[in-house]
Amino acid sequence: MLKSDKKTGLVFFPAFDWAIDPTHPEREERLLYTQDQVMEEGIFDINGITEYKPELINADDIRRTHFCVPDEASVTTESHLISAGGAAAIGRAVMEKEIDNGFALVRPPGHHAMRIVHGGRGFCYINIEAVMVELLRQQYGIKRVVIVDTDCHHGDGTNDIYWHDPDTLFISIHQDGRTLYPGSGFTGELGGPNAKGSNLNIPLPPGTGTEGYLYVIKNSVLPAIEEFKPDIIVNSAGQDNHYTDPLTNMNFSAQGYAELTTLLKPDIAVLEGGYSIEGALPYVNLGIILALAGMDYSNVVEPDYHPERLKQASNVTDHIKRTSDIINNYWKKRHEMREKAGANGTIQERHREIFYDTDNIFERQKERIRICRECAGALEIDSQAMPGSRIMAVHIPLNACHACKETAYDMFEQAKTTKKYSKIFLQDRPKDEYICF
Amino acid sequence: MIIGLDVGGTHADAVLLSDKKVERSIKVPTDTSNLFNTVLTCFNLLLENIKPQLIQRVVISTTLTTNSVVQKNIDPVGIIVSAGPGIDPDNFRRGNHYYPVSGSIDHRGREIKPIIHGEIEAAAEKMKKDGIKYIGVIGKFSPRNPSHEITIHSILKHHFDTIFMGHKVSGKLNFPRRIATVYLNAAVFSMHKNFFNAVTDTLKQKGLTAPIQILKADGGTMNLHTSMEFPGQTILSGPAASVMGAIPHAPDDKDILVLDIGGTTTDLAVMVNKAPLLEPVGIGRGKHKSLIRALHTTSKGIGGDSEVTIKRGAIAIGPDRKGPAMAFGGNTPTPTDAMIYLGIMDAGDKSLAEKGMAQIASKLEISPQQAAEAIFTKTCSKIVELTRKMVERINSKPVYTVHEFLEGYKINPQQILLLGGPAPFMAARIEEISGIKTTVVPMSSVANAIGAALARTTCEISLLADTEQGIESAPEENYTETITRNYRKDDAMKTAQKLLEKKAIQSGAIEENLELELTEFQEFNIVRRFSLQGKIFRVKMQVKPGLIKGFSLAS
Ligand SMILES: [Zn+2]
Ligand SMILES: [Zn+2]
Repeated sequence: MLKSDKKTGLVFFPAFDWAIDPTHPEREERLLYTQDQVMEEGIFDINGITEYKPELINADDIRRTHFCVPDEASVTTESHLISAGGAAAIGRAVMEKEIDNGFALVRPPGHHAMRIVHGGRGFCYINIEAVMVELLRQQYGIKRVVIVDTDCHHGDGTNDIYWHDPDTLFISIHQDGRTLYPGSGFTGELGGPNAKGSNLNIPLPPGTGTEGYLYVIKNSVLPAIEEFKPDIIVNSAGQDNHYTDPLTNMNFSAQGYAELTTLLKPDIAVLEGGYSIEGALPYVNLGIILALAGMDYSNVVEPDYHPERLKQASNVTDHIKRTSDIINNYWKKRHEMREKAGANGTIQERHREIFYDTDNIFERQKERIRICRECAGALEIDSQAMPGSRIMAVHIPLNACHACKETAYDMFEQAKTTKKYSKIFLQDRPKDEYICF
Repeated sequence: MIIGLDVGGTHADAVLLSDKKVERSIKVPTDTSNLFNTVLTCFNLLLENIKPQLIQRVVISTTLTTNSVVQKNIDPVGIIVSAGPGIDPDNFRRGNHYYPVSGSIDHRGREIKPIIHGEIEAAAEKMKKDGIKYIGVIGKFSPRNPSHEITIHSILKHHFDTIFMGHKVSGKLNFPRRIATVYLNAAVFSMHKNFFNAVTDTLKQKGLTAPIQILKADGGTMNLHTSMEFPGQTILSGPAASVMGAIPHAPDDKDILVLDIGGTTTDLAVMVNKAPLLEPVGIGRGKHKSLIRALHTTSKGIGGDSEVTIKRGAIAIGPDRKGPAMAFGGNTPTPTDAMIYLGIMDAGDKSLAEKGMAQIASKLEISPQQAAEAIFTKTCSKIVELTRKMVERINSKPVYTVHEFLEGYKINPQQILLLGGPAPFMAARIEEISGIKTTVVPMSSVANAIGAALARTTCEISLLADTEQGIESAPEENYTETITRNYRKDDAMKTAQKLLEKKAIQSGAIEENLELELTEFQEFNIVRRFSLQGKIFRVKMQVKPGLIKGFSLAS
């Protein structure tokens, strides 16, 4: 009987009865053909591969990551709770050492969901990786986490959630924001003042092939991970960088994806986007599974795979090399950049505008963070949604120092004295408490 | 009247039933070197002074296939596989005559690469030279499109008489299991054929002309004709026979556990409203993973004759059996000895049982009474623990829709039915430990034969419809028909029902026993460039395992 090298866990939750709408890319049969391929290959019969059932996460789990407006139930459906629960089930099995690594093949996706949630963005409502990571931090005491987002779209949701967290190294590799939704993720987006360089955004030009992806993995991603010394590595394994994807313009392949997985060695992979449901997903997912399990994937190829046609143009290669150099330079200077970001104990402001394309909501944020050399810093966000309401969200990071805790409580009390907000939230991560006023 | 016969590893049980009661029941030792003689002995005993014309139905369950696989007493088989992209098919090698060839079909059933005739011819030449008579042909995704298997078959049929094809065995997707299943069918075919032809001839000579049915692993039967195409389905029919024998005593509308406690092992099964649960894909046990429909049974090494030992200062039961209980002349203490010593069971030599208890007692520095009590309790609680684990496993089975995840059926056993020799003596204690009402199946020592006798004919079909390609098809049934874009769920259900009824009747079913059940229904849109191109329907329908009508043996 076939045996895998590594013990690999899989959650397969295709949500065959859930769609944004019937012809939307995020629809019922997105994982149908992947299921067919995985079943036909006999994946679940391989000795060493175990299928897990998703958990059902609850509002408390969401409240460690998000501020949902007006509340969790209004912006999620059961399928979101199961999807995040699928990632959580794999995460838990890894922490309990039942498996060496695992892959949550779940939908709906989550990497465009930001800290504050007024509705859906880029088919996402809650950030399934972040919800899982915070659950693992709470229950297993892990601290340092790397999230590598290889979805073709910038993982702007995860980027936002970990913008100020120096203990989470978030790396997004995506198609250049000037050519694709959501239009962000440029090299200069490096994280907040307390976490400069712990957000690395690697935009790649349209036409990037396997060569380019593997180049940035080897030359930028792996060296940074090695220095960061994470407790776990998470891969947001979106598959819309495939050469057949209808929404994007890249030339990645199943072989490339399997090799990327072998190099990256994620503990937990979570499916994100990927809308070439017949031509790409069955093969890419199979490649990722076999690579995680340490098995031979050399014969996992798409029916129309012609590597010579997917060869990357030389100007694209040069561009990628330059980008990689820029990233490496930022990474090297991250401590220096944090020093320069502002004086310890002062408050820094940031103004942002966020568009929720899935639900047609426009949000304006004013963010205030306490610059702190000891922790991720007290944070408040004044958020006005249109249509929608104005709220205040105060976040005390998990590793908060005493001064930041005090500051955060002051922010919360201060907000209560005005009548501007329909709701005021306090997310106290050290106490694992969430207060809604 | 009906005859049911279950030839097991150590003994054969047979019953003669009228529509009201068990007229005769017998138990004879199995002659493992000559199963045919064992079968003959059973018929001779059952038919003594009975007019053979009165027999309307004969159902036989044997260990023929199981034994020959275990003893490797099977024919060499030539296997041709066409895999295409994915896991290297060399990993699924069966036997010494295994030929991966070109060609590939994708998950939608579209041809990606054609079969190369020369490769097939070359393989055929080699297999002929090696004296191979039985061939298996398996293609990846052949349940979606069997054309490659059919092409290979059409080349090979000039060279070989007996060729088994993958798309015939199941509509389920699992290429490695499909290979294993086809291989098994081909490997046991000649033995199966010779055996049952001999049985039929002999019964005819006795004037018994009723059609013979053969029990399958799913607790249903098939006629001889069907069995020649799928002889592998007879593997592991023994445990299924016992489960079927419990059905007359199972309450309606309840979840129940069926435990067959033997000397060496305990077999567990689950029933919902008198219908035993099936394995989701097929036989799932260890090396025997296949697409063969089977009842969901678990077998564990604990029974009346399990060896009792001391491990790290505590009593351990099983998993081995070292021989009979000491009370019956064995050398190692067993749970049976404990029950005899405690007076729960009145059999064998009690003084020998006491010796066994004393052995254990001295090692633990307790009294023989305490030792016997501890062994008995441990045995029963271990069995209860097994049932708990089985239910937990079934309930944690992954599901793929939000609806099933939230509302999916959860097994909640309300009664335990016990079968097997030690069962009557353990029932009270098992009930006490589990807190679940526990009863013993009447005539439990021949319940397996009764189960075989009354099992209805079962089968399953899979229908695929694709309105974009304009086709509905059931490759297992050689069925393809064109459809229009207006094709709907109702149309799919109608075709499925028609195909299933036809298949069941051909396998020997009688119309009144056709209890059909929809086991899977999926309907999906095919969308390209944001517009609807068509729909896919996938339907699986089965004749549920259960008992034939007209026989009321319930207590
Ligand atoms: Zn994407
Ligand atoms: Zn601080």
